[in-house]
Amino acid sequence: MTSSPTNLRQQDGPYFGEFGGRFVPESLIAALDQLAETYQVAKNDPEFAIELAELHRSYTGRPSIITEAKQFAATANDKVRIFLKREDLNHTGSHKINNVLGQALITKRMGKSRIIAETGAGQHGVASATAAALFGLECVVYMGEVDTERQALNVARMRLLGAEVVPVKTGTRTLKDAINEALRDWVANVDTTHYLLGTVAGPHPFPTMVRDFHSVIGNEARQQMLDEFGFLPTVVAACVGGGSNAIGIFHAFLDDQDVDLYGFEAAGDGLDTPRHAATLTYGKLGVLHGAKSYMLQDEDGQTMDSHSISAGLDYPGVGPEHAWLKDLGRAKYRGISDAEAMDAMLVLARTEGIIAAIETSHALAGALKLSKELPDGSSILINLSGRGDKDMETAARYFGFLPGDN
Amino acid sequence: MSKTEQVLKERKAAGKGSLVGYFPIGYPSLEESIDAAVAMCQNGVDVLELGVPYSDPVMDGPVIQEATLHALENGFKLKQVFEAVKAVTSRVDTPVLVMTYWNPVIQYGVERFAKELSEAGGAGLITPDLIPDEAGDWLSASDKYELDRVFLSAPTSTQQRAQVSSDLSRGFVYAVSTMGITGAREELDSLARKVVAGVKLADANQNACVGIGISTAEQVAEVNQYSDGAIVGSAFVRAYAQGGVEALKVKVNELASLLER
Ligand SMILES: Cc1ncc(COP(=O)(O)O)c(C=O)c1O
Repeated sequence: MTSSPTNLRQQDGPYFGEFGGRFVPESLIAALDQLAETYQVAKNDPEFAIELAELHRSYTGRPSIITEAKQFAATANDKVRIFLKREDLNHTGSHKINNVLGQALITKRMGKSRIIAETGAGQHGVASATAAALFGLECVVYMGEVDTERQALNVARMRLLGAEVVPVKTGTRTLKDAINEALRDWVANVDTTHYLLGTVAGPHPFPTMVRDFHSVIGNEARQQMLDEFGFLPTVVAACVGGGSNAIGIFHAFLDDQDVDLYGFEAAGDGLDTPRHAATLTYGKLGVLHGAKSYMLQDEDGQTMDSHSISAGLDYPGVGPEHAWLKDLGRAKYRGISDAEAMDAMLVLARTEGIIAAIETSHALAGALKLSKELPDGSSILINLSGRGDKDMETAARYFGFLPGDN
Repeated sequence: MSKTEQVLKERKAAGKGSLVGYFPIGYPSLEESIDAAVAMCQNGVDVLELGVPYSDPVMDGPVIQEATLHALENGFKLKQVFEAVKAVTSRVDTPVLVMTYWNPVIQYGVERFAKELSEAGGAGLITPDLIPDEAGDWLSASDKYELDRVFLSAPTSTQQRAQVSSDLSRGFVYAVSTMGITGAREELDSLARKVVAGVKLADANQNACVGIGISTAEQVAEVNQYSDGAIVGSAFVRAYAQGGVEALKVKVNELASLLER
């Protein structure tokens, strides 16, 4: 990694190299400016940090622990150690709550009373509905109709928490269309409403702000590795949808030249098929949802459909900071197929008694593959971004675990 | 002065006011959209906006979304933009602007898009998701090919931003009348007056046309009292969806009825 700059951690938006910016209707600029200013003030206000840290301690359950997965590691290479940063143990079951609580505090600071959110897997929607309940905010969650079907339990969770869930029936009826619909709502209701975007994509300041709220993952994990094991990992690995859990764990390690960073994106049916969501592998430079980054598109610039068994990775775009890290060569990105991810989910469950989300299982599969390539004595730290409870229906069908299946 | 500016200024000076009409290219097919656009120009539209169908139209409401999705499903290709512009400008004298989200232009190449638009006889571009701050390539390409470039100004824009939109727009500034997406609304926001005033304060000579939510002849006339034109999209697309080109002609005549020809 000697070619990379050594102060990557200092980089904030609006631009990461040529990526990022604000490609949105003029109507939203005032709201983005207000958000950027409010966030800047909060970032420099010790009270804000204390308030958020206390919420994380007493509500989220931070710090999340690190678990060494010896039996899991041994299934691929017993000379490489694997560590799991357990974001699945956070309240609401994934890393998403880190960002949501941060933005909920910002919403209050802006004096807004309503939040809207997009969701794919439903985890960000659930986290948003949770924060809305906690802070007394009105909450509307946009979710592609296809995703409401494959994540029906999370729809029920959001409704139980008092949120309104709007199934989005336009376009491909998945995450990308949910974001379009949320943006339309935001344009119309920007005075009262904060758009609580759930990943490190979108117009400035979202990629920077959401990253900062998730950087707690890597900050904790780096210190825990040093305190509990006495070394930094050789590799840090995470799955990449929009890129929030990955940047969250990468960020603390960006300037550690000896730590390699690997992002695993969804290869769906396989990278040799058109049915995948491998944005960083196959995407071209373009503008989607307010930022310049890599995206899956045809030669006319029409967004292409993405495909993944995991709703949370089924997105044809990716956050601008990942596009930048890829171009710099600081992080590497690889595709993991549906089948590889589902296998890894099963292996982790059977060897360690931990059921990971299907999104996360892409990182697990990637780490197993990588461990066979690494020298003996290496170690991999995986961001275990979420738990698999929400995926039971998909998994049960995939593996044939339902009553009547043999 | 660009052709668009000329039309708007002449009609304003004559006390007539202007109707700016939108129609999506490729809806329901390329040929039919060209015929529809020509019919609009022949029945009372003073400046035409041809819309480019796009997979992720965040500024558009359900009526236009449905039409542009239909066009995409029918196999719309970006190069048809230039065919459509050429066909329309060969049949009528109306200035023809193209309204497009920015990603298709990036993929085509900003310079190449500008060149081919100019060669096809197009007047320029309206760019709903390109703010002047991000428009470096487009500013130089539009200067080189002498194209109009229409930026937006919104009720939430500061006077400083209204100034930038006004300074950098050519043709007119698209004054967003209300906070929301395209789609006919019965009551027009008084916010429109404020946006137009911001543009005029920045540059008394700059044109401001008001769009989003206009659907009646009264609104068209009223908007023209304090601005340089009324922009209508969804109401025309809906008319076409319901009754084809004949219904569209009726709607154009109706909305232009309180403006003098
Ligand atoms: C558990 C889990 N991991 C990962 C993701 C992917 O998002 P991101 O790439 O922003 O971390 C999701 C999204 O829903 C998720 O629920």
